[in-house]
Amino acid sequence: MFAEFLQYVFAGLTSGAIYALAGLGFAIIYNASHVINFAQGEFIMIGGMSTATMVAAGIPLPVAAAAAVLVTMLVGVALEKFAVEPAKGADVTAIVIITIGASIFLRGAAQVVWDKEFHALPAFSGETPIAVLGATLMPQSVWVVGVSMAVIALLWWFFNRTLFGKAMLATSFNRLAAQLVGIGVKKVLMVSFALSAMLGAVGGIVVTPITFTNYEAGIMLGLKGFSAAVLGGLGNGLGAIVGGLVVGIAEALASGYLSSAYKDAIAFVIILLVLFFMPSGLFGKKGTDRV
Amino acid sequence: MLLEIQGLASHYGRIQALDGIEVRVGEGELVALVGANGAGKTTLLRCVSGVQPATAGAIRFDGHDITRMPADRRVALGIAQVPEGRQMFGPLSVEDNLRLGAYRRHGDDVEADLARMYGMFPILRQKKDLPAGTLSGGQQQMLAIARALMSRPRLLLLDEPSMGLAPLLVAEIFKAVQALKDEGTTIFLVEQNAYAALAIADRGYVLETGSVVMSDQGAALLADERVKEAYLGL
Ligand SMILES: Nc1ncnc2c1ncn2[C@@H]1O[C@H](COP(=O)(O)OP(=O)(O)OP(=O)(O)O)[C@@H](O)[C@H]1O
Ligand SMILES: [Mg+2]
Repeated sequence: MFAEFLQYVFAGLTSGAIYALAGLGFAIIYNASHVINFAQGEFIMIGGMSTATMVAAGIPLPVAAAAAVLVTMLVGVALEKFAVEPAKGADVTAIVIITIGASIFLRGAAQVVWDKEFHALPAFSGETPIAVLGATLMPQSVWVVGVSMAVIALLWWFFNRTLFGKAMLATSFNRLAAQLVGIGVKKVLMVSFALSAMLGAVGGIVVTPITFTNYEAGIMLGLKGFSAAVLGGLGNGLGAIVGGLVVGIAEALASGYLSSAYKDAIAFVIILLVLFFMPSGLFGKKGTDRV
Repeated sequence: MLLEIQGLASHYGRIQALDGIEVRVGEGELVALVGANGAGKTTLLRCVSGVQPATAGAIRFDGHDITRMPADRRVALGIAQVPEGRQMFGPLSVEDNLRLGAYRRHGDDVEADLARMYGMFPILRQKKDLPAGTLSGGQQQMLAIARALMSRPRLLLLDEPSMGLAPLLVAEIFKAVQALKDEGTTIFLVEQNAYAALAIADRGYVLETGSVVMSDQGAALLADERVKEAYLGL
C-alpha cells in the first residue's frame, strides 16, 4: 500500500524535476522579456538527442553531455539573436508566436539532422534498482533529481550572489532603472536564452536514459514545464520548481491510481484550473526571492 | 561644455514631445529646467540618457556625439539619472540597489563609495538589508540619488527629486543637491518646484510644450515677471 504510493512518488519526483528545470527556463526568459518561449521543450530534445548521438559514436558521456549543453545553448542564443531580437518592439504576443514557429522549425531541423526514430542513452550508473521501504528506486532517477538540484543551486548562486545575476533580476523588476544604471538589456536577454537552453539541455540529458528521446520529445515536456511555470506563478523561480514537482507527482499518482491514459491530461487540467481559479499561480507576483 | 544639445526633437508615435531644443550644461554647473506638467522635461532627460530616441538634432557629451549611443554606454561615459518616480529595484535590498548603481564600474573601490553613500544618507545604512520597495518615499528618493551617484557620474540628471515629499524632506533633498554641487558635481535638475530649483541653480531654462522659451541666470529667472507669474505663483 505505502510501497505503491512511494513508488508513484519516486516516479513523480523524477519527471517533476525535469518539469521544474523546464519551468525555470520559462521563468527566466519571461522575466527578461515577458515572452513565453514555446521552444523551451525543443531545448530538452536537442540536449538529449545530441548526447545520445555522440555517445553512440563512442564519445565518453561526460564529454558528450558537456558538448550537448553547449550546442543547445548556442541554439538558444541563435533563437534569441535571429528570431526574437529582430522582432523587438513588436507586441509580446507576436514574439510568443515567433517562438512557436521556432519550435516547429527546430523539430523539422531535428528530423533532418537525425531522423524520426527513438534514441536511447545508457543509464549513467547501471540499472540495479535500489530498494527503499519496499519501493524500488532506479539509480537514474537519483541522477535526475541530484543533477536538477545541483543545477538549481547553481542558478540560485548566480542570481543571488553575482552582480550580473542580480542585474538580470533587476532588469525583470524595473527595465527602465536597469538601463539607467548601465545594464545592457540586450545582453540580459541573450543570457536568459542561453541559461534557459542550458536548463532544458541538462534535463533532456539526464532523463533520456529513462524515457528515450526523439524529434518530438520536447512537445510534451515543454508543455508540462509550461504548466509548472504557470502553476508556480509565471516568472517566479521557486514557484516553477514547486510547480514542476506538483505536476510530476500529480500525474504519477493519476496514472498509478486511475489509469495511465490520464497521465498527459493532468498537466493540461492543471493549466486550465490555474488560469480559471488563480491566474497569478501559487506564488503570485508578491514573492521577493526569485531563483 | 560638458553637455550640448542642439536642435533636439523627440516623438511618442506621432505626438511631438520636444522641438528644436538647445541646452548647454558646463562642467561644474547646476542648471535647472522648469516647466509645467507635460512640457517635456522628463522626455528631455530620457533623450540625454538614451532611453528615448531623438528624432532630430544632436546630443554631445564631453565632445562625443552620443545621439545614437545605447543607454548603457552613456552610463559608462558618466551620465547618471535619478528618474521620475524613483524607479527602485523594489524586491532587491537597498545595498543591492546601490551596488547595481556601480554596475558599469569595474575593480575600483565600490566599497568606499558605499560607505560614502551611507555617510551621506545614514538611514540607508540602517535599512541596507531591507527590500528597497519597503522604504518610505523620502528614503527611496535618497536611495535613488545614492544609486545614481554610485556610478561616479560626471553629469547627474535629476528628475523632480522633491515630488511627493513632505516639506521637511524636500528641504533635505535640496540640501543634498546643493552639497553635491559644492563638491563639483555637474547637475541638470528638472523641477516643478521652480522656486527652489532656480534659487540654487547657476542657470535655468524654461520649457513650454516641448520648446525652450527662456534661459538665463537662475537669479534672473527668479526675478522675471513672466516666470514669476507662470511658475512661481507670485
Ligand atoms: N509614453 C508616452 N507616450 C505618449 N506620450 C507621452 C509619453 N510620455 C509622455 N508623453 C507626452 O509627451 C509630453 C511630454 O511629457 P513629459 O513626461 O516629458 O513631460 P514633463 O514635463 O516631464 O511633465 P511632468 O511635469 O508631468 O513630469 C506630454 O504631452 C505627454 O503627454
Ligand atoms: Mg516629468
